[in-house]
Amino acid sequence: MSAGGGAVALPQTARPGGNANLRLKVEQASYAYAATDRSAPKFTLGPASFEAQQRELLAILGPNASGKSTMLKLLAGLLKPLSGRIEVDGTEVSELDLKVRAQKIALVAQESELLFPLRVWEYVLQGRYPYGKRLRFESDEDCLLAGNALAQVGADALRDRWMDQLSGGEKQRVILARALAQQPSLLLLDEPTQHLDIGGKVELLRRLRRLADENRYTVIVVTHELNLAAEFSDRIVLLHKGKCPRIGTPAEVYERELLEEVFEAPLEVESGYSGRPRVILRATR
Amino acid sequence: MRPLTPQRILGICALLCGVLFAVCVVSLRMGAYPISVRDILSTLFNAAAGRREEIPVEFWQVVFGLRLPRIALGILVGASLSTAGAGFQALLRNPLADPYVLGVSSGAALGAIVSLIVAPHTVGAIQIAAFVGAASTIAAVYFLGRRGGQLDSPTLLLAGIVAASFLSAIIMFLLTMVTGSELRSIAFWLMGDLTAPPPTTNVLGWLGFLFFVFIVAAGAMYTTSSDLNLILTGEQEAKHLGVNVNRVKFVVYIAASVLTGLAVSVSGAIGYVGLLVPHVMRMLFGTDYRMLIPTAAIGGAIAIVLADTLARTVVAPTELPVGAMTALAGAPVFIYLMRRRMR
Repeated sequence: MSAGGGAVALPQTARPGGNANLRLKVEQASYAYAATDRSAPKFTLGPASFEAQQRELLAILGPNASGKSTMLKLLAGLLKPLSGRIEVDGTEVSELDLKVRAQKIALVAQESELLFPLRVWEYVLQGRYPYGKRLRFESDEDCLLAGNALAQVGADALRDRWMDQLSGGEKQRVILARALAQQPSLLLLDEPTQHLDIGGKVELLRRLRRLADENRYTVIVVTHELNLAAEFSDRIVLLHKGKCPRIGTPAEVYERELLEEVFEAPLEVESGYSGRPRVILRATR
Repeated sequence: MRPLTPQRILGICALLCGVLFAVCVVSLRMGAYPISVRDILSTLFNAAAGRREEIPVEFWQVVFGLRLPRIALGILVGASLSTAGAGFQALLRNPLADPYVLGVSSGAALGAIVSLIVAPHTVGAIQIAAFVGAASTIAAVYFLGRRGGQLDSPTLLLAGIVAASFLSAIIMFLLTMVTGSELRSIAFWLMGDLTAPPPTTNVLGWLGFLFFVFIVAAGAMYTTSSDLNLILTGEQEAKHLGVNVNRVKFVVYIAASVLTGLAVSVSGAIGYVGLLVPHVMRMLFGTDYRMLIPTAAIGGAIAIVLADTLARTVVAPTELPVGAMTALAGAPVFIYLMRRRMR
């Protein structure tokens, strides 16, 4: 019932000869769907290689059907790569025990419908599940950590509300709080800004930026939002039809020809106020 | 933030057990032979203290020979159906799931009738056959209820209704091959009935066996209750949080099928208890499965003992099948719940 090692916020990587700050290492990872005997693979991803450090915010960017969700599932360990390796803190993700994996990696998925009403604090406490035995009751420590997670996302006041009565932005924060209650070292988010207005999007990304900077999370966000990704992320993994044409800082990735080809739209790249690139649509009516 | 504790579960279960005891005493009092609550309590007390010689013979016969075994059977059936219902609701992620609505009870009944025809005198055969019938029906309904790889609530319920009517047709076909007085008792039993005599003379041993199976199946389901809470908020999310979803679903599937088979094998297809009791318990004590499974079990026992008491008193001296009683109360509430969900 205790939170096995839960109080220690973040495990340190200490691999001999390795980079101590290295969190995630993707080496020539690939995946293919629907490789049945009758049909050729419908979709192939990779092989792709990249790394992510502590305190880094990485954006996986690409149009629809570019392989973003598949990449996220590989990183979360929900799919096993056909070739190559994906390591978190030096261990291969697909070989981790389910609960151990959930202690290292938290995935904030696109929201699903709740079958029965649930209070916010009950929902956030679910994040403590990986730290307990099979039939578990929450300890005081679990409650404390869930409370901290709610405070970290500024959702303290929501704790006694019902989940289905929250606004889109509030709900997104609570879902993030549950992921934080898992005390992961790697935080994955699947299009978290989808149902938010522009204020909510900026607020969420600021919060993720702060979580990475102050709490040493490695945050990986899958998104369509070119400008928000450029503004808030350290590096960008660009995907296009299952291939990975470029990885680098926003300035390195945001080249007009490349983006136009990937997103199949007339785009212009200019320098924004912060010095980071900004993408605008060239009007072609 | 006040998380669920084992103490709170035990407290509420003790309270419900008190209600169950009161309902049992009332049920013991009702019937053709008049016996006062005071006499019932002293009879029970003397029996518990091992002073059988102080109990009048007629009291002993009425309480321990007639009424108590039937109440015990009612407790077993109600607890089994209600626990199975809670399990199916989580397994299929559908709040309207219930052994009866899904056709699982009909499958178990078909299994039981086949075993009555093929091996009428083998003790335990009817339970095993009912379990096999229940397990195969739920598997069939599960696969028929999928649309595009996803479980779809209306499709699932339709699949259950179709399965139930198809299986009932087969049961009718088999019944035409049975004749005379047997027919009436089987037809009565199909409607849900607690009057069937036990297959052996050792009533206590028989009840002990049934309760043992119940404890094992319900206990197995209870070990997954933390996992079920997460599965109810989404299977994918449960996987992300480290739940072995396939293992949990398998355990619940087997346990719920065993419980349905157990209930149907002794009492026929009693409807709606598995649907309504978990709903009422959710409203009263929350949706947490660690609380829901035990409270639903005790609540189901209360519901069946009450329904059976009514069934044998409202039109006394004749009796209604208890299944008719639960359907009378259950069907309108089912429609209410369904309409509320559709809004």
